[in-house]
Amino acid sequence: MLLIRCPYCEEERPELEFRNAGEAHIARSVNIAGETDDDFEKFFFIRSNPKGIIYERWRHMHGCARFFNAVRDTVTDKFVMTYKAGEPKPSKLPGVAK
Amino acid sequence: MAKAAASKTAPAASPSVERRPALAGRSTAATGVKVEVLPSAERISLRAPEASVAALSKALGVTLPKKPKTSASKGKRTALWLGPDEWLVIDEAGNDPLADCAGVAALHSAVGISHRNIAIAVTGAGAAATINAGCPQDLSLDAFPVGAASRTILGKAEIVVLRTAVDAFRVECWRSFSDYVFTFLSEGSRDAAV
Amino acid sequence: MSGAFRIPGAGRFKQAKTARFSFDGQSYAGIEGDTLASALLANGVHLVGRSFKYHRPRGILSAGAEEPNALVEIKRDAARKTPNVRATVQELYDGLDAQSQNRWPSLSFDVGAVNDIASPLFSAGFYYKTFMWPKAAWKSLYEPKIRAAAGLGVSPDQPDPDHYSSRYAHCDVLVLGGGAAGIAAALAAAETGMRVILADEQAEFGGSLRFETGAKIDGQDGFAWAQGTIAKLSAMDNVRVLSRTTAFGYYAQNFVGLVERVSDHLKTPGHDLARERLWQIRAKRVVLASGAIERHMVFADNDRPGIMLAGAARTYLNHYGVAVGKNVGVYTANDSAYAAAIDLKKAGVNVAAIIDLRDNPTGPVIDEARALGIEVNFGRAVIRAGGKLRVSSMTVQPKNGGGERTIPVDAILMSAGWTPSVHLFSQSRGKVAFNDETKRFVPGTYAQDCVSVGACNGTDGLSATVDEAYAAGAKAAKDAGAKIAKGTKPKVDASESWSRGMLGAAPGAGPDTTVKAFVDFQNDVTAKDIRQAVHEGMRSIEHVKRFTTNGMATDQGKTSNMHGLAIAAETLGKPIPEVGLTTFRAPYTPVTFGAIVSHARGPLFDPTRSTAIHPWAEAQGAVFEDVGQWKRAWYFPKAGEDMHAAVDRECVAVRKTAGLFDASTLGKIEVVGPDAAKFMELLYTNPWEKLEPGRCRYGIMLREDGFIYDDGVVGRLAPDRFHVTTTTGGAPRVMNHMEDYLQTEFPHLNVWLTSITEQWAVIAVQGPKSRDIIAPLVEGIDMSDEALPHMSVREGRICGVPTRLFRMSFTGERGFEVNVPVDYGQAVWEALWAEGQKHGAAAYGTEAMHVLRAEKGYIIVGQDTDGTVTPNDAGLDWAVGKKKPDFVGIRGMARPDLVAKGRKQLVGLKTRDPKVVLEEGAQIVEDPKQAIPMKMIGHVTSSYWSENCGRSIALALVAGGRDRMGDTLYVPMPNGVIEVEVTGMVFFDERGGRLNG
Repeated sequence: MLLIRCPYCEEERPELEFRNAGEAHIARSVNIAGETDDDFEKFFFIRSNPKGIIYERWRHMHGCARFFNAVRDTVTDKFVMTYKAGEPKPSKLPGVAK
Repeated sequence: MAKAAASKTAPAASPSVERRPALAGRSTAATGVKVEVLPSAERISLRAPEASVAALSKALGVTLPKKPKTSASKGKRTALWLGPDEWLVIDEAGNDPLADCAGVAALHSAVGISHRNIAIAVTGAGAAATINAGCPQDLSLDAFPVGAASRTILGKAEIVVLRTAVDAFRVECWRSFSDYVFTFLSEGSRDAAV
Repeated sequence: MSGAFRIPGAGRFKQAKTARFSFDGQSYAGIEGDTLASALLANGVHLVGRSFKYHRPRGILSAGAEEPNALVEIKRDAARKTPNVRATVQELYDGLDAQSQNRWPSLSFDVGAVNDIASPLFSAGFYYKTFMWPKAAWKSLYEPKIRAAAGLGVSPDQPDPDHYSSRYAHCDVLVLGGGAAGIAAALAAAETGMRVILADEQAEFGGSLRFETGAKIDGQDGFAWAQGTIAKLSAMDNVRVLSRTTAFGYYAQNFVGLVERVSDHLKTPGHDLARERLWQIRAKRVVLASGAIERHMVFADNDRPGIMLAGAARTYLNHYGVAVGKNVGVYTANDSAYAAAIDLKKAGVNVAAIIDLRDNPTGPVIDEARALGIEVNFGRAVIRAGGKLRVSSMTVQPKNGGGERTIPVDAILMSAGWTPSVHLFSQSRGKVAFNDETKRFVPGTYAQDCVSVGACNGTDGLSATVDEAYAAGAKAAKDAGAKIAKGTKPKVDASESWSRGMLGAAPGAGPDTTVKAFVDFQNDVTAKDIRQAVHEGMRSIEHVKRFTTNGMATDQGKTSNMHGLAIAAETLGKPIPEVGLTTFRAPYTPVTFGAIVSHARGPLFDPTRSTAIHPWAEAQGAVFEDVGQWKRAWYFPKAGEDMHAAVDRECVAVRKTAGLFDASTLGKIEVVGPDAAKFMELLYTNPWEKLEPGRCRYGIMLREDGFIYDDGVVGRLAPDRFHVTTTTGGAPRVMNHMEDYLQTEFPHLNVWLTSITEQWAVIAVQGPKSRDIIAPLVEGIDMSDEALPHMSVREGRICGVPTRLFRMSFTGERGFEVNVPVDYGQAVWEALWAEGQKHGAAAYGTEAMHVLRAEKGYIIVGQDTDGTVTPNDAGLDWAVGKKKPDFVGIRGMARPDLVAKGRKQLVGLKTRDPKVVLEEGAQIVEDPKQAIPMKMIGHVTSSYWSENCGRSIALALVAGGRDRMGDTLYVPMPNGVIEVEVTGMVFFDERGGRLNG
């Protein structure tokens, strides 16, 4: 069981309290009704599935109940960092080369 | 703020029907641990932005805590920090916090949940070990001091844990999970006692 | 009295109590504190099992968790039968009943041993090669036969009556292994005041101090020091000492799973005592002090009972006071076996000879052995063991060939050296490194916050071990945040020391031989098998492992992996590190399902949720159905009624007079805030801004892909407050869905969501008489049709308690849903029931509810929809706000496939024969005479007998269904084809007049 740092609770908490909520930083268009089929496909269906660093949404479901974002390495399964929902994608990741 | 909020869930004069709380009076005792269902209490789920906290604190008579995993108490009223804009307010003296919030103009949402939750007291030297039978949080005094409060997991049910004393916890869960939670805690207490 | 081989004055327990036990029906005496293995050996019993494949007689190899041979069944009673228990781990209790396994008719005469004679047929890869042909024989012949023959032991056939517990724990320093290293590390960490947990798999701490005689620490005998230090640690508030506790898995972020055997060693476990306790420990730092495991010598017939590891023989002597024979031989490639020979000799056991494979070793133990008059031979090998059910001799030859000499013995103690136990380190994702000089894998690169100390780290010698461990314990505590260090390091005054040894097959079992020199005892893998695997093309050690099954038995190759690797490397002509080690996986030793499941059985398997009205329904004899975790009243049979009759009666009563229904499980969410309506506009297809307070609307929620996700009636209590209902099963996910959008897509909205599912009990009162039943109990609400029309909501009081009274209907009748605070639910129900009785009302369950709504064509999300149904498909276009610029699903709904012609649409079906009730899920075709596979154009989603309509009714999803009104379609069933007519979805009161009374 992983420990995940909740940016709202400001501490690491057991994974059982959390739930993954898919890839992060995929914004819903404010004019979604006017989107082309291609744009909607990209928004709704296409996900990056990288080997390495992934940006994910998690919810501290059985804790503060907040959604937040996390950077995780899909190779090591390690959380690199977490940050609050709405905050921009971090430009620098701690402990990650490149 | 909302008109409807003023309508109390607590009965006024004399209801013609009786209240039948779940698990009323149930308790088990093992060596060093007691698990018992607590009497009914008044509760609200309070949601508010930072700017409203002062006004709500004043109306409620208890300062809403802003620090994660903490609570604040005044008399028989306790406010538990559950999230950055969420508090569980419990009143054990029968005073309705919903009514107290009704007059607050500052932005907030107060919803009566007095009947939604059941409270179970876990007390005694084995209290933390009892809860740790199914709760993965660190309940040592350093990590979870007296007054600490958190929503978390017990086995397959969600609970709210409040440490009321070194050897005492208040565990809240939704009514329909109370049988499961009570049974789980009873099993945990059997094991914590030996 | 406790066995002829018990040596007076030897061993640790002098005044212990006798414990009677039986093995294969024969009664014996042992001593409390014995393991089953030591007690058997004390009685001269070496033959304890038969091997897996060849059914060869097997004895006791080890004195610990690594045991591959001595697996027995322990039986407490009819239900408490545990197979594959290691006799070397099972502690003796008075009355213990053990049985040998994998033999028939008896242990000494086993018919299956014919496999040993036929062994050329059963070489490595035998299964893969033999059972290939004919193909049909696999299912009918090979698989059942193999299954019957395979496996050691028999599974219990009754539910496990024991209970198992679990505990999450946290600490600063977790020390795994309670030998000298672990104790020293724990002591150092504990002295800083940090939280320390020390665990060891044995009943008594000490590790190799349990059998060593030469260790002295702080002026005491090593074992006494261990006991004294453990007592001191146990008394400290910041330390938890766990004996009989095996760390079986090392997971991410220092999360370690351990099993404590709480009561397997007790004669009568108390009622409250768990059999085992699962510990899930999160540690800031972990100190691995898991020691080393001795390897056997690989020579012909090295599996005969009586042949065992030298360290095991020493443990039996020095810890349990048991001599493993009267005339023992020793075969070794390192010094440690000498200590065993010396101790046995001193205890009065004859040591026939020490056969040392090394050419000219020197050292104090060799001198001492010689001084005791033991014959010591260098440069020689044991090329074969004699005897069958018990070793009777060892045949010795110079290692480079020459004359043979057979020495009679009744036991052989062997040691090929010690393998560091890097299992947990490896599980932690650490990378091992091969030390070419000492020929062993030791911890190399660490992946987690842990450190290895002592023998598992390749550290030799007690003094160096204690130094290293004490320093590591102190550092671990400091790294975990300790401020102070005030302890004193234990001083090692004297110690034993031995290292080196050999890997692979010994002379006489080399590539030029065909002898059975066992590498893996439990899976019957010989040196020859491993060579054969390489010859047949296996290059990777992982392939060799799978082809031969070396290391794949329940002991996971604790004694065999290094030998197997060395033989494979030699055959491949590659150095060992290039061939590499197989992966170590959890669990380190077998873990019971009981421990894994722990509390989660019976009532704690999953929460069972019931409503406040449940006790009433139960008292009425209701039959319940599971809806998710909820128990819901399904129907209320009266005496003599079957389900069909009860449901018919309930359905008729609702339309004739009235019915009461417990709708408490419906999900309920209070949406509060100035932007509540804006939020509702975005989450539901319907328009909400103009819904007046006091009115309700049926809402549809879509996912972003445009498909129906949930539905329910929503009441507006105030401009800024909505009371939203969801489906019973959908409540948690709908809440999550709404929170997701609110928090991450629409965070600018000032609105909050609170689950009130369990705050309110909901009593549906439906039927022409519903108002007459409710009205007398209500205060403060005008119940007239003008003041309270269909689809409206009021707050007031009923029976003196607060209510949110909805006028709404899921039956098509005049109806109400009475919400009251849940603790009043049963009492208000009873009051309404009493009123209802005056009008002939019935209680109805979920089945009648389903029938009544189907009569009206009301859908159930999840039954009539399946995640691929749009509002248009369901005939619910009217509920989609056409002028709305945005709502979740607005774009998905417009995707080309979702607006294409020919989509499956929800329609009604009437069978030609009104008495025939269709099967839900049945497929629908246009032409029943077409060739199979037929083209299926839809399926039945709901189907019931409707007593109110006097016929069967059904809803179905049919391609282009709304253009097929009146068409005849066909439902092919095993007993014939059923003819149906496509109709509208409303079967009863099509104009809907009854809603308004």
